[in-house]
Amino acid sequence: MLPTPPLLHAHPDAIVAWRAGHPVTRRVFMAHAAQVADSFPPGRHLLNACHDRYRFAVTLVAGMLSGRVNLMPSTYTPEVVRQLAEFAPDTFVVDDGVDAARHPGLPEHRFPDALPSTATDADTLLALPPEQLVSWVFTSGSTGAPVPHPKTWGKLVLNTRAAAQQLGLNTGERDATTAGTSVGGASAAITVSFWAKAPPTTPTARSLSQTPGADGADLPPFTLIGTVPPQHMYGFESTILLALQGGGAFVAERPFYPADILATLAATPGPRVLVTTPYHLRTLLAADEAKPPVELLISATAPLPPELARQAEQAFAAPLLEIYGSTETGQIATRRPCADARWHLFPGIQLEDRDGTTWARGGHVETPVPLGDQIVLEDSEHFTLQGRGADLINIAGKRTSLDYLNHQLQHIPGVTDAAYYMPDEDHGGVTRLAAFVVAPGVTRADIVAALRERIDPLFLPRPLLMLDALPRNATGKLPRDVCKQLLAAHHAGRSGRSPQ
Amino acid sequence: MNDTISTTTGAPDMTALQLEVAEQIVAALNLEMTASDIEADAPLYGEGLGLDSIDILEVALVLSKRYGFSLRADNEDNVRIFASLASLTEYVAAHRTL
Repeated sequence: MLPTPPLLHAHPDAIVAWRAGHPVTRRVFMAHAAQVADSFPPGRHLLNACHDRYRFAVTLVAGMLSGRVNLMPSTYTPEVVRQLAEFAPDTFVVDDGVDAARHPGLPEHRFPDALPSTATDADTLLALPPEQLVSWVFTSGSTGAPVPHPKTWGKLVLNTRAAAQQLGLNTGERDATTAGTSVGGASAAITVSFWAKAPPTTPTARSLSQTPGADGADLPPFTLIGTVPPQHMYGFESTILLALQGGGAFVAERPFYPADILATLAATPGPRVLVTTPYHLRTLLAADEAKPPVELLISATAPLPPELARQAEQAFAAPLLEIYGSTETGQIATRRPCADARWHLFPGIQLEDRDGTTWARGGHVETPVPLGDQIVLEDSEHFTLQGRGADLINIAGKRTSLDYLNHQLQHIPGVTDAAYYMPDEDHGGVTRLAAFVVAPGVTRADIVAALRERIDPLFLPRPLLMLDALPRNATGKLPRDVCKQLLAAHHAGRSGRSPQ
Repeated sequence: MNDTISTTTGAPDMTALQLEVAEQIVAALNLEMTASDIEADAPLYGEGLGLDSIDILEVALVLSKRYGFSLRADNEDNVRIFASLASLTEYVAAHRTL
């Protein structure tokens, strides 16, 4: 694989991002990245905590251009931040003032407030070698120590290009081969070819034609609007890398409420792609505001209930594609649930069954890895998802494992026995975890406070039941039906005491 | 100090609207408490009631349906509105159409 520049936009005036409704061109983006790279302290590892998606992307590229590695933990609890400082003692945090208090103990580097609004023609796209390490992405592991997974530039590029192709957004490579051929004023011909729509009429060039951007540049072939943070793999791949390596643009803002998200969609010019999760889709569909039509809906982190997928396609008048992936593998399959329940693997990715566990390898997967889900292989390119591995927890798109949570809970001082329990999910909302704890002389509030130091708040138990003893069976296990009974007894009003 | 409006179940220092909002929070999130257990001025986030951003979206959805308004906020506003039951109720009172 050849060295590849961080941005694949062929023209220096191509729009890379929208900030508060204003376009940012490749030229300006690269000038910002160069300036931010110059401002960095000497450390070779950075924690990119920028809330704003534009500042995140500039910090990422600045790090890549200066040979720094981006650390991506699964959460920012004090315990994890301490472990990161141990993993890479020269780590500094780049933040933009939002949530700045979340990472005490690491030196802070504030994203510069003032950046040049124009750039000279010195805009050069430095190509980076495929073996360059871009990120360490961490999973929670099962023993308390985060497990690092390397992400090299070449694999990230391969992954993003495959994703763009599967999503019908593969304009970037065309751009790269037709550098400088953008022609404003032609008839509308978007080279984005979505599955559900007719093929583009002129698939040869980025000949976008709608009204030009405010500075005269053509509109980007697509703009990504995300409801997920760029700090996790899905948001990293689908709201940042997809734009940078797909020749498209992204919106810098992170709209929170449904009304904010819908307003941002309506205000964004050109073909729009909403990058979201089942959880956000549900709240968006429940909102009273009108749903602006978009070109494409992308969902990931958990399978969408089919009915929700159908409603979403109808409401936004767009195909909805789901992405399947994991922190370890990156994105490896897509499907359009309204058309086919089967998942379609990315080119080059192979799945194989090893003693009842499905492993992924090939393509951009760095090393063969087992997948946590129960998978049935249909043929070499398709599979169906039968369910989550019993140990995996996914709450509103955040993932961890029961092993990890149990380890954290059991190691709180004073706790003599403890277990987490994931109740059966209903589709009405977000299902929360329960926990059973034996800790004589320790209060529930103490335990919650200790957990808050160690785990993401989404995984704090509701309820946390204090018991005299856990009714473990002869093999030391706490069967699900026993947990279910404990919880039911609690809900029936017998809180705080062992039901035995 | 807020006006004390006598209700049969509310804490004595809670207004009727505060109690109503608290009831909807408890119901929407399946909290292990009654509405009158939520202190008007205690933080809803983090160390107080322990709500997170997922909860905030759930509560926003329920309140927007009940009172006929949409929450629109940048990050700072969001923190301020959801600072406490009292501030959230104040926001509801100022923006409700139902």
